[in-house]
Amino acid sequence: MSIDLSQFIPSFLEESFEGLELMESGLLDLQRGDNETIHSIFRAAHSIKGGAGTFGFDNVTEFTHLVETLLDEMRDGRREVSSKDTEILLDSVDCMRLLIEAARDDEEYDQDKVEQTSKRLAETLGDEQTSADESRSKTDVEANNVCGYTINFIPEHSLAKTGNDPIFLFSALAELGQLTLSADTQDLPALKDIDAQELYLSWQLTLYTEADEAEIIEIFEWVEDECLLELVPIKAPSTTSANTSSTESPSSPSSTLTNNEQQTEPDSSQKSTQDIEQPPKAELVIDSTAEDNNITSKTKTKTKTKDKGKAEVGSIRVGVDKVDSLINLVGELVITQSMLSELGNDFEMEKVERLTSGLEQLLQNTKELQESVMRIRMLPISFAFNRFPRLVHDLAIKTGKEMELVIKGEQTELDKTVMEQIGDPLVHLVRNAADHGIELGDVRVANGKPRKGTISLDAYHQGGNIVIEINDDGAGINRETVLAKAVEKGLIEANAILTDSQVYDLLFEPGFSTAAEVTDISGRGVGMDVVKRNIQSLGGRIQVKSTLGKGSSFKVHLPLTLAILDGQLVKVGTETYIIPLIAIVESLQIDNKLINRVSGDMVLYRLRDDNVPILPIYQLFNLATECTEIDKALLVVVEADGQKIGLMVDDLLAQQQVVIKSLKDNYQQVAGISGATILGDGSVAMILDIPGIIHMALEQAQQAQRVKTDGNSSVTAEVCL
Amino acid sequence: MTKVLVVDDSNSIRDMVSFTLKSAGYQTVEAKDGLDGLSKAKSSNFDLVISDVNMPNMDGISLCTELRKLGDFKFTPILMLTTESSTDMKMRGKSAGATGWLVKPFNPEKLLATIKRVVK
Repeated sequence: MSIDLSQFIPSFLEESFEGLELMESGLLDLQRGDNETIHSIFRAAHSIKGGAGTFGFDNVTEFTHLVETLLDEMRDGRREVSSKDTEILLDSVDCMRLLIEAARDDEEYDQDKVEQTSKRLAETLGDEQTSADESRSKTDVEANNVCGYTINFIPEHSLAKTGNDPIFLFSALAELGQLTLSADTQDLPALKDIDAQELYLSWQLTLYTEADEAEIIEIFEWVEDECLLELVPIKAPSTTSANTSSTESPSSPSSTLTNNEQQTEPDSSQKSTQDIEQPPKAELVIDSTAEDNNITSKTKTKTKTKDKGKAEVGSIRVGVDKVDSLINLVGELVITQSMLSELGNDFEMEKVERLTSGLEQLLQNTKELQESVMRIRMLPISFAFNRFPRLVHDLAIKTGKEMELVIKGEQTELDKTVMEQIGDPLVHLVRNAADHGIELGDVRVANGKPRKGTISLDAYHQGGNIVIEINDDGAGINRETVLAKAVEKGLIEANAILTDSQVYDLLFEPGFSTAAEVTDISGRGVGMDVVKRNIQSLGGRIQVKSTLGKGSSFKVHLPLTLAILDGQLVKVGTETYIIPLIAIVESLQIDNKLINRVSGDMVLYRLRDDNVPILPIYQLFNLATECTEIDKALLVVVEADGQKIGLMVDDLLAQQQVVIKSLKDNYQQVAGISGATILGDGSVAMILDIPGIIHMALEQAQQAQRVKTDGNSSVTAEVCL
Repeated sequence: MTKVLVVDDSNSIRDMVSFTLKSAGYQTVEAKDGLDGLSKAKSSNFDLVISDVNMPNMDGISLCTELRKLGDFKFTPILMLTTESSTDMKMRGKSAGATGWLVKPFNPEKLLATIKRVVK
């Protein structure tokens, strides 16, 4: 029977990556002699090795074997835990990750790195480098004319106590060939002396088989030190003649097969042994497993290429409690459904009360079900935070600065997709904090700060959002340096007057980098703008605060999920649009006195200290509406990128959660629209893309401005965009 | 039906062993470490126990020792699933009452062939 285990590869990979993470975090806070940590690191390595062997990822197995050997020495206390070893092990973890990823994607990996690390590992391990297979010895033999064996099997009385049962051994033997056996009962004591848990019999078996000695001995592998076992080859008839002498030779059986002297005595008379050569046995066992491995790895590679296409499908590990609560809810839903359908069968008006209560129940069920399903996608943010201890550890070595990382709120839950996409921006922010934020130890001491800098990561919920803070107690952002740089890059005018937050916003401009020299850690000039863009594409925003000399704080606000959105339904003509609630600053009735018409088509609204451009949605999407008068309409003030704009709508409808359907997947991307949803009445409503709309409005205004300027000499610079 | 208790802290190994056994018609119960295995062993009878050696909470050797103390498991075959093919480890298993050992890397055909030496 052939059993295909390739279906377990994804779960093995997932487990391996988890194991690697565990090893890494374990290594990072490995205290001298901290046994439990070493044990858990060892176990992780051990499991990876075992699994990799099974799936034929041989280079993973080989490499991990070295790691395991080193860890084993630490575990047994044969080796002191030194920081040098820890560094090597950390590098090894990286190599294992490389190897496993290469095995997963069936791709090449950085062989130099792996070779170097494995050399360092081997050096650390010293000369005792295990080369287990060296002991392979020459093969020879296999007497061609052997057609079977006579087997003397004399078990110890206690054999059954280790759970072995001779009958199974015999039936395994019988599978090799034709077996006859006779039991020897001479050891059997008188009935009154019999201990039912002891085994008193011994057997003489004759097996005619083509199998070799090794195969037979392998069957007895588990009992070989609890019995006396003798194998005598039976020669094929043609050569039997000269064989009598060897059958009678009293040579003692080789020591691995005998263990119990007393047991041998009663039978010594009938004992007849052929010299059993051990080396061939070892050789044959190794050969057969090697062959098996080859076969498995071959089939593996085949299935791997086949599966490659669907390997992209990610998986989530979900707690059983979450699944249980889902099943409960579905159960309730079914009950409600059956109640409602029974009600519908013979509905009369007096049952309307029961109908309403049933529908309410349905609403409740649906809501709870929705929440539970969403919870399945929620993972603790520790998944994203996990890689930071290592990152900061490495950064501290590279920069020569002393720093520590404090992580808080790692149990805060976040949607899996959001989590996957926020990882890189966070890495960038932490790198920046380490590279630009934290000062060198001496500088810190001179400034009256502790020598060791602190970077902290914190995550918490705030309203319907999750906030991730990256704080450092470093030098802070130097306003003047930023301004000078921005002028140099031509981002602002030399005499521009900017508020602090406008200055910090400059950091996110493309091509902006204040690092005096480009290091390999940060300051490559790409980065902060990408960070901002990534966060925005997740529907989030980033805030910067900084005090010169005290440190900086980056706050990332993200929606909890990308699948559902809290929306404000608005009416424009006959259409309904949805504005994400998070973008709305306020909604108000337009006061005619505050409207300010400037040049072009631009209309500004005086909102306290701000001038907010008004953008009529009916114009934006070319809709027919009766409500074209500004003073009759409502204004929804929205904000994105620190820019406010007033959307003119006919009416405000309900606020509700809407499920986001991608327009791109179902139709095509439309400017100003981020997606669509289906409303309760079955109609489709578009979700407005606020940053996109603001961008469009600004461009339009600029264009209008340019046309105006070109065609007319009267220049109005009042537009404060 | 032959009922097997599979004890391993690695999900994938446990799944694979279990899958292999099930496809050969065995019934399996899984446990994630020695402690879990022991409590499952106490609540039910098994014809065979296959256990990893290195596990958190309770390792395979201790599990074996504990199982042998239970009346129901006095003669039940217990196989250790291990990458450590060293004689030292085998001896420790034996003295704890293990019936035999299965050496990882794990090969499904071999697993099925070998366990026939101890169960139907």
